[in-house]
Amino acid sequence: MEFMPSLYTAAMRMTRNAADAEDLVQETYLKAYRAFGTFQAGTNLKAWLYRILTNTFINSYRSKKRRPDESELDEVEDLYLYRRLGGLEAAAAGRSAEEEVLDLITDDEVKQALEALPEQFRMAVLLADVEGFSYKEIAEILDIPIGTVMSRLHRGRKALQKGLFEFGLERGLVGDAG
Amino acid sequence: MVSGPLGDDVDCSDAVHTMYHFLDGELTPERKAHIQQHLEQCLPCFEAFDFEAELRQLIAQKCREQAPDALRERIAEAIRHEGPSAGFTGATGHDPLGPKGGIPNL
Repeated sequence: MEFMPSLYTAAMRMTRNAADAEDLVQETYLKAYRAFGTFQAGTNLKAWLYRILTNTFINSYRSKKRRPDESELDEVEDLYLYRRLGGLEAAAAGRSAEEEVLDLITDDEVKQALEALPEQFRMAVLLADVEGFSYKEIAEILDIPIGTVMSRLHRGRKALQKGLFEFGLERGLVGDAG
Repeated sequence: MVSGPLGDDVDCSDAVHTMYHFLDGELTPERKAHIQQHLEQCLPCFEAFDFEAELRQLIAQKCREQAPDALRERIAEAIRHEGPSAGFTGATGHDPLGPKGGIPNL
């Protein structure tokens, strides 16, 4: 079960709790096992498994609440975190302290910031940045056009940066001066 | 006036605009070479790209989960209860769980 650790990681970020994540991964494996005859040898097995995982999540585990609308994500500027951490000024002065701040961000903060994203953005960011899937693979897994993958990634990543910055502010790792 | 990502330079705004595509490895070789050339000449853009690349690595590292061993057992057990799958037995005629009771390909 070589894909188990990454499927479980994805399931945790999707369901946000261990019990549901375990059930989701188990159901994914059972479905994959039953449907293995439809898998075309030589095509992307990992992407196929993720497609089953994603569909199972959407159909059975997603909270019954209304799907968050895209408009619920604020517009965030490019390089949000880098700018806030003073990267531009630091680069001009020939030093780069902003990367040291990254090391201080905890695992829990990254997980929470990712889980706070509305589902459609969370899935895109998870598949790209955590699992390393290409735009085309993500489009196939989520069954959406490539252009939609790109826009969800773009907005989701910036919103994630904003979330991480807010954790930094709360913990006093960074100042609010901007 | 700071040049680079905040500047008005067309190459800088072009670089920032295509940053995600560049880091995602989704640019054509020509576009990629063009951006790479700019990064070699523009320290502020280089630093900004470098930061984004580091941040991405950090996100991938910090949200990994350790799958519980019991889950692996549970899944193997559930599949054993399933009985033969058309996919596995039909194609290979072998025990789908493999000699050690694992699932060979998944």
